[in-house]
Amino acid sequence: MNMRIPILKLNDILIVSLQWELDDQTAIQFQEDLLKKLHDTSAKGVVIDLTPIDFIDSFIAKVLGDVISMSGLMGAKVVITGIQPAVAITLIELGIRLENVMTALDLENGMDKLQQELEA
Amino acid sequence: MAYRSSVDIHTEWDIVAARQLGRNEAKKVGFGTVDQARITTAISELARNIYLYAGAGKIEIERLNEGGLFGIAIIASDEGPGIPDVRKVMEDGYSTSGGLGAGMPGVKRLMDDFRVDTERGKGTKITAIKWLR
Ligand SMILES: Nc1ncnc2c1ncn2[C@@H]1O[C@H](COP(=O)(O)OP(=O)(O)OP(=O)(O)O)[C@@H](O)[C@H]1O
Ligand SMILES: [Mg+2]
Repeated sequence: MNMRIPILKLNDILIVSLQWELDDQTAIQFQEDLLKKLHDTSAKGVVIDLTPIDFIDSFIAKVLGDVISMSGLMGAKVVITGIQPAVAITLIELGIRLENVMTALDLENGMDKLQQELEA
Repeated sequence: MAYRSSVDIHTEWDIVAARQLGRNEAKKVGFGTVDQARITTAISELARNIYLYAGAGKIEIERLNEGGLFGIAIIASDEGPGIPDVRKVMEDGYSTSGGLGAGMPGVKRLMDDFRVDTERGKGTKITAIKWLR
């Protein structure tokens, strides 16, 4: 049952595309896998694409927020892409503000934004 | 006539099953994508609270039709420890488990009606309703 989320590497950027609904175990596993991969590859940036995700609850929001903070501690910048309108609305109503989080409309824009950040 | 279905909550996987049931029921009632997300999120919060704080319980989903007004009710019930101070858990950021403390106040904002019945040592029953507009 426990599916691992694939983490791809392109130059010094890690790319994660969430393709299915996250259960708690998979979310925690992803957090560990991503930090390990950051450590092993010395990647400087991460793009997490949420395009297919149709809801985010407080638990997943916490995991995502933690992943971003932890990646920051390891010297990597994170961009979140593809947040659907329904997800944005429910997150705000839940009272969750992903403040200071870099976001972009889609994966392509996210890659561009990250490249610019890393060159700056 | 009200149609009711339910998922027993014992494991983390049951949280996934409950929200999938809720999303399907919400679709059948005719809710749009934003309300579907609200309902799914609310179920996820209530189911996880059952799993975390009561150990076990159940999520019931009821399709409502009250005089031509359609809606969906989420009934989350458990026989856990109960909630000692309901006012406190409705505050944003209050958590006894290191969570964000967003669940209870969040569900109240996501849904139209929200009611908590709880008794210390006996359990908790939360009813949350969304009406179709
Ligand atoms: N069914 C329940 N039985 C007993 N206590 C509960 C129950 N549901 C919630 N609580 C209590 O209410 C508090 C607040 O719940 P709420 O869902 O708002 O936040 P959380 O679960 O701590 O964090 P989050 O939901 O943001 O991950 C919990 O920390 C817990 O102490
Ligand atoms: Mg909660």
